[in-house]
Amino acid sequence: MKNAKKIYLDYAATTPVDPRALGAMTDCCKDKFGNTMSIHSFGQEAKLILEESREKAAKLMGAKPGEIIFTSSATESNNLALKGIAFANKNRGRHIIISSIEHPCVMESAKWLEKQGFEITKLPVDRYGLVNPKDVEKAIKKDTILVSIIHASNEIGVIEPIEEIGRICRAKGVYFHTDAAQSFGKIPIDVNRMSIDLLTASSHKMYGPKGAACLFVREGTKIEPILHGGGQENGLRSSTVNVPAIFGFAKVCEICGKEMEKEAKRLTKLRDKLIKGVLAIEDSYLNGHPTKRLPNNANFRFSFVEGESLAIQLDLHGIAVSTGSACSSIKLEPSHVLLAIGLKPQEAHGSLRISLGRWTTEKDINYLLKVLPTIIKQLRKISPFKHG
Amino acid sequence: MDKFGPYTKELIEHFQNPHNFGKIKDPDGVGQVGNIFCGDVMYLYIKVGKNNKGEEIIKDIKFETFGCAAAIGTSSVVTDLAKGKTLKEALEISNDKIVKELGGLPPIKVHCSVLAVDALAEAIFDYFSKNKKPIPELLQKKHERIKKEKQMIEERYKEWRK
Repeated sequence: MKNAKKIYLDYAATTPVDPRALGAMTDCCKDKFGNTMSIHSFGQEAKLILEESREKAAKLMGAKPGEIIFTSSATESNNLALKGIAFANKNRGRHIIISSIEHPCVMESAKWLEKQGFEITKLPVDRYGLVNPKDVEKAIKKDTILVSIIHASNEIGVIEPIEEIGRICRAKGVYFHTDAAQSFGKIPIDVNRMSIDLLTASSHKMYGPKGAACLFVREGTKIEPILHGGGQENGLRSSTVNVPAIFGFAKVCEICGKEMEKEAKRLTKLRDKLIKGVLAIEDSYLNGHPTKRLPNNANFRFSFVEGESLAIQLDLHGIAVSTGSACSSIKLEPSHVLLAIGLKPQEAHGSLRISLGRWTTEKDINYLLKVLPTIIKQLRKISPFKHG
Repeated sequence: MDKFGPYTKELIEHFQNPHNFGKIKDPDGVGQVGNIFCGDVMYLYIKVGKNNKGEEIIKDIKFETFGCAAAIGTSSVVTDLAKGKTLKEALEISNDKIVKELGGLPPIKVHCSVLAVDALAEAIFDYFSKNKKPIPELLQKKHERIKKEKQMIEERYKEWRK
């Protein structure tokens, strides 16, 4: 509150829109507002923008434009992937494999499918959050129809060995879906090299607007829609198409394609500086893998302090971050991801996610490293838990 | 600014500058409530003295809390409210009173104010039982409820770890 400048370090939650995309969207709202299903020139112009956008999104993952289904959110894409594959392939089998660190929208979709008579296997992860591809291989049964493993964790940033997992699924003839909401646009993805059949990508995690996302669906994949209606998006996602948001999404796909490599290098350097600085604080630990992690993600835990109070203190110092603590969730339960990597609830409560982005500077990191030790010291003074 | 995130400025004030935090050496009563599994733990320490009418009062009170901003803020307020009060008065402090002092709490955080009055009740219960003093019926009931809730949380925690 005291600081005039606020520092945003929660890019994994959402990002501001890149001004370059914003301009494109504004023009689109004003001039290309037509309904893509209309026969007249307004509709056809909008349709043109939509197809141009499809090409751009496809290009960033090495897909064909016809394999991109635009949706409204990563949650919708993941729902479509799981439920759509489950219902289209239920005569072949009813077994689905996911990991224990999926985003809640995959977890909850799987839980719902379980109620509909599908069988769900939740694979464990190691202490870094990594899924063992051998576990995937072992878990695949005759009636397995889908494997869905997150590409990079939204909480601890760990990057899963999806290329290996993809290869296994391909060899076994099982569809492979990955939720790449956190990784798309940040690290290279090639759906062919990685043997991916379905991939979820989200606009607002990569400097595009909210309300736009996509699901890559490999040509020939048997999938049912979950939204029925006018038959937009190849019949897989009925709804009037949100052309301006999708156009913004496409624009950031283009930008990320050009800038990803350089940006990843810059952020990795900042991230590692941050990790080094934070781990100098007594009784602090890094959650997730030291190197197999997103360039912009750092997740820590601090003994004897609770994450929500830590996040609020940082906010009072003008720094916005996230925590996996139960106290900040509406369920009042600690993060399932942190429990899955073997943390005790009290350790999960003391966790802090710091995620960097396009506008993060070294100065921001220096300021955080300056205030964080003092805040932790103060909270530890109040805490009943101490050494010994 | 009247609000900071989900919290009132009163709560933020207590959170940033908590009153009466720390430990009391040789306390007359200790109340330990909350559960590390849920993320809120409060330790409340009291020292009992007498006022000039000869009634037992809370002469000193301190807290140690692991928890969210609301847990720390409610701990601070309950120590303020209880300090100098007779034990009887202290037991009458309601969680509503704490919420009021704070200018409100988000609904999901109201349980923190319950935790704070529970901690105080447990500290007084501890003092009574250590000194073999008669325990008021209401306090005995409260103590049993707190004990039962602790057991329930332990059970639930077992579920999570499966």
